[in-house]
Amino acid sequence: MQTLTDTWTMAKRSLRHTTRSPDTIITVLLMPIGLLLLFVYVFGGALGTQTGSIDYVDFITPGVIIMTVMSGIAYAAVRLSTDLQQGVISRFRTMPVAPSSVLSGQALSSTASNLFSCFLVIMVALAVGFRPTTDPLAWLCLAGLLALLILATTWLAMFFGLLAKTVEGAGAFSYILLLLIFISPSFVPTDSMKPWLRGFAEHQPMTPIIETMRSLLIDGTPGPDIWAALAWTLGILLISYTAALSVYRHRALVAAAQ
Amino acid sequence: MRNTYKTMNAIEVHNLVKGYKDVSVLHDVSFTVTRGTVFALLGANGSGKTTTINILTTLIKPDGGTATVNEFDVGEQASKVREQISVTGQFAAVDHVLTARENLILMGELRHVTDPKQIAAGLLEKFDLNEAADRPLATYSGGMRRRLDIAMSLVGDAPVVFFDEPTTGLDPQSRAGMWRTIRELVENGTTVFLTTQYLDEADRLADTIGILHGGRIVASGTPAELKGTLSTGLVELEFGDEQQVSTAQRVLSAQHDVRRVDSKLLVASDGTVGEMVDLFVRLKDNGLEPTEFSTQPPTLDDVFFKILDDEKHEEKEERHADAH
Repeated sequence: MQTLTDTWTMAKRSLRHTTRSPDTIITVLLMPIGLLLLFVYVFGGALGTQTGSIDYVDFITPGVIIMTVMSGIAYAAVRLSTDLQQGVISRFRTMPVAPSSVLSGQALSSTASNLFSCFLVIMVALAVGFRPTTDPLAWLCLAGLLALLILATTWLAMFFGLLAKTVEGAGAFSYILLLLIFISPSFVPTDSMKPWLRGFAEHQPMTPIIETMRSLLIDGTPGPDIWAALAWTLGILLISYTAALSVYRHRALVAAAQ
Repeated sequence: MRNTYKTMNAIEVHNLVKGYKDVSVLHDVSFTVTRGTVFALLGANGSGKTTTINILTTLIKPDGGTATVNEFDVGEQASKVREQISVTGQFAAVDHVLTARENLILMGELRHVTDPKQIAAGLLEKFDLNEAADRPLATYSGGMRRRLDIAMSLVGDAPVVFFDEPTTGLDPQSRAGMWRTIRELVENGTTVFLTTQYLDEADRLADTIGILHGGRIVASGTPAELKGTLSTGLVELEFGDEQQVSTAQRVLSAQHDVRRVDSKLLVASDGTVGEMVDLFVRLKDNGLEPTEFSTQPPTLDDVFFKILDDEKHEEKEERHADAH
């Protein structure tokens, strides 16, 4: 019970941070929206011929949404690293506060703010011609999958944020995740890739997630990749949660010793 | 919150050892702090004061020895210890995005006090932060952040409060305010553990002082006891002319440690009547008569420097012995 109230207190604090710095939300949204427009209006003419019966904007929107998530979650890593540097974490650690609540609170607020970012990106996509054919239940499934993905990758981000020596370094890891999005069927079908790259692209974690989102948005059903998508996200969540918590305990000690 | 305790000590530290990599910071530190008193851990930069605080406040684990706070072991019962303590570290650990009021309310919520808002309002008033209470901290001066930092550690009335160099970097007015705060805490039964580099601060505030040097407590006691270990107060003498000063210096040097500062002589003395009489008789016998004289009791500074001096001598002797 105390863990829950502490987590809620920490989540409120963390949400305040987000709402007080709207520039971070804008920075997070700038790249996915910019890429969305670039792909639709500039590359779309050439790339769009490869997606068959599916409209190119419909094809890429899931990838753009994931991109929003991947750049958004880095903020959690940066916040956590700042808290470590400023001694705020040390203060919390000397207080009768559940250790996990510092991280869980951050994860909750990251999930809320990134879902909101995704919502904004979907609005922009609708404005430039995205036409999903889906029902409320499939939307709900999509929101659920996104929330799970954000939660899992936020914990991963916090794990790296705790390891980072500097605040700048804490945010850098999300570039790797962004790269994974490009080597996936987000923007072009994997058939067009070199065989060895295709093998990677088809088996990396982003792929079933993107395929499931696409299926939910276009067909209104989760499609066959849903189990792989769930397995990957739940797996990442479980491992990152455990790893981040154990690093949190250790790293906070080191920071205090310096 | 306040239970009945088995002992009178709020803090007990036995044979604490701590090192980082190859550097040994604490060799063998032991001391106790009586409940409801102020204990000052005095030491130079790098003497291990912060390491000691970090161990007592559950932030780091010692390599050896034991420490308890209100009878809870800092290692094995860390979460119990955290319910007993609050800590103000050396650098203001405040949330820069939140306002002062929000920072205080956050502390209240995390400490599960019944009315965080009311407690926040009271502390803002007390620490003279009312005017800026709802401004983001980015606009605060260093002194204001420090005051907020200290106010934050008072939320929840922890029975044992730790301050790591609480007045370093404060202006004289804020420093006086800090001293007042510490006295009030003790009047209300709180135990205060503070570290400081300032001897006058320890002298004014502390019931007990421990001097940390070379990873050990080299001296401890009340300020009076520590001063009592020195026999050397000073007698300050002034004379009418230069010739008298130099004659007096020569005459007194036979029996006393004499230093000359400008036209004054500073004579080491235990300040007893017998010794004073002896001193003046000696001067009179040589036809010398001081125009002014005053006595100064030993200060904590004298104690501190003497201890450091003795330590150095010992180290030298040890090295000397090792060489043979």
